[in-house]
Amino acid sequence: MKIIVCIKQVPARDSQLRVASSGAWIQDADLSYEINEPDAYALEEGLQLKEKHGGEVVVLCAGPARAAQTIREALAKGADRAIHIEEEDLGAFDPLCAARLLAAALGPEKPDLVLTGLQSDDLGYGQTGVILAELLGLPHATIIMQVEKQDGSIRVKRELEDGWFQHVEMPLPALLTIQSGINKLRYATLMGIKKAKNKEIRAVTASGLGVSSAAPSIQLSRVYLPGRSKQTQLFDGPPKEAAAKLVEKLKFEARVI
Amino acid sequence: MSILVVMEQRAVQGPPAWSRMSWETLAAGQQLAGELQQPVSAAVLGQGIESLASELTEKKLDRVYSVEHDLLKDYTPDTYTDAVRQLMEKTQASIVIFPHTYQVRDFLPKLATALGRVAVSDVVAHRIEDGKLVLVRQLFQGKLNVDVRFTGDPPYLASLQAGAYRADRIEAGSAAVEKFAPQITPSRNKPLDLFREAQRAVDLTAAEIIVSVGRGIKEADNIPIVQKLADALGAELAASRPICDSGWLPMERQVGSSGQTVAPKMYMAVGISGAIQHLVGMKGSKIIVAINKDANAPIFEVADYGIVGDLFQVVPALVEEIKKAKA
Repeated sequence: MKIIVCIKQVPARDSQLRVASSGAWIQDADLSYEINEPDAYALEEGLQLKEKHGGEVVVLCAGPARAAQTIREALAKGADRAIHIEEEDLGAFDPLCAARLLAAALGPEKPDLVLTGLQSDDLGYGQTGVILAELLGLPHATIIMQVEKQDGSIRVKRELEDGWFQHVEMPLPALLTIQSGINKLRYATLMGIKKAKNKEIRAVTASGLGVSSAAPSIQLSRVYLPGRSKQTQLFDGPPKEAAAKLVEKLKFEARVI
Repeated sequence: MSILVVMEQRAVQGPPAWSRMSWETLAAGQQLAGELQQPVSAAVLGQGIESLASELTEKKLDRVYSVEHDLLKDYTPDTYTDAVRQLMEKTQASIVIFPHTYQVRDFLPKLATALGRVAVSDVVAHRIEDGKLVLVRQLFQGKLNVDVRFTGDPPYLASLQAGAYRADRIEAGSAAVEKFAPQITPSRNKPLDLFREAQRAVDLTAAEIIVSVGRGIKEADNIPIVQKLADALGAELAASRPICDSGWLPMERQVGSSGQTVAPKMYMAVGISGAIQHLVGMKGSKIIVAINKDANAPIFEVADYGIVGDLFQVVPALVEEIKKAKA
């Protein structure tokens, strides 16, 4: 089974985010980056499926030069090779244009299965996988918590609201968006890290793929800190002092202790 | 120029029933209609939906579209995309809004792509500027907001976040039902059984006080730190999704959109940043207390009381103080 896993590099989860002076995006110069978390689960699922059924796992990533680090880590975990769509200003691509980039790069690979995370931790549209499926003409299912390969088809477990799930059967090739927690993530081994150095990363560009960011359907005009819906009483000082003040409020004002 | 609200129904147990978020979307549609001076209609898709459609006739709407077909009985992305697309062609609506449910997340991007558009997902608010619609959505798990504008031609598609609009603002009125029969072919997806995992042993909804733990706890071995806090308060211990994903606490203790929805007297969030998937499961709590090292964490947007600090220092101090207060 040939599996393509789409991954994205995003600012690390505990980053202190500041809005850029332009107001159009965040100050991203000093941030550290990591693989988008749901994509890490998608990669793991791809690797486990390959271990069970044989085949190949190809990682596809659109992003600037720094994304090469995240791609190497994916190769070190066991992906066989990678395609890096090198694009410095991915922010200019709306979700449809970004998915066109991915579609142009992975279409010729003729995969049996395409996996993505269900959403990105930065923009969080939660759309790229589904758009990609439509562009490629593939059936899809989202927020997947289990994948079973059958003869020429797959059976997946979709997560729904309030603790409900649904099984769905679909023919291959197909695209799935993977939910965090579907599996247990592995760490790269020393051997894996060593091997990754010799694995192929094919670099392509947006213009080489014939995709442009021109004529987007939507535009992000201003980024800002959200307002508070409640007036939060914050207690500071040393931990012991802050804790004492909080407990006093909980006892005498909120009356919950 | 008109607005179309696509309502959601599901037949999980028994006959088709509304997804509650649909009412919030309907309220938003009515509000937009007033602001933009455009008529608003609502649609319901499925099979055996007569009573749902007739319920909509009592709302202030231009029209109610009842989109019925055998192939719409069980949801699939293919059939629902076809049906909504044909309904949009018929109605020529310029703004089409949906509740941001798991089902909408599954087919709205497909529908938008088929129309050569981008849907704005998970909208939390809107405003009208120079007669144009500006939508607000969240970035970085709720840490930042962004204003989004449509740049191309309509139709404009958007899905609205749970709790962003108030269902109790719906205006009553009367509207006629128009039946619409789409031409659809069977989906490539075969939907099978709907099910819940094993019975929940823990009913968090019954708890008066909940102490909930998130990523800030760093590792499984640290869970006893918050367990002690829960014990001191006589609270149930709960968690955000990543903690359950990692197996540090059982799934049945998860609060959020994919776990339980709770509204206790007090909800104490420890090391939880407050991504929307978590907030929707607890923001109805009477008193919300947040302990987090990041002063900009979205959890503080809903908190009544908070301590910005290192939970590994704050929580043991809190346990001491609670014991004193209860003594």
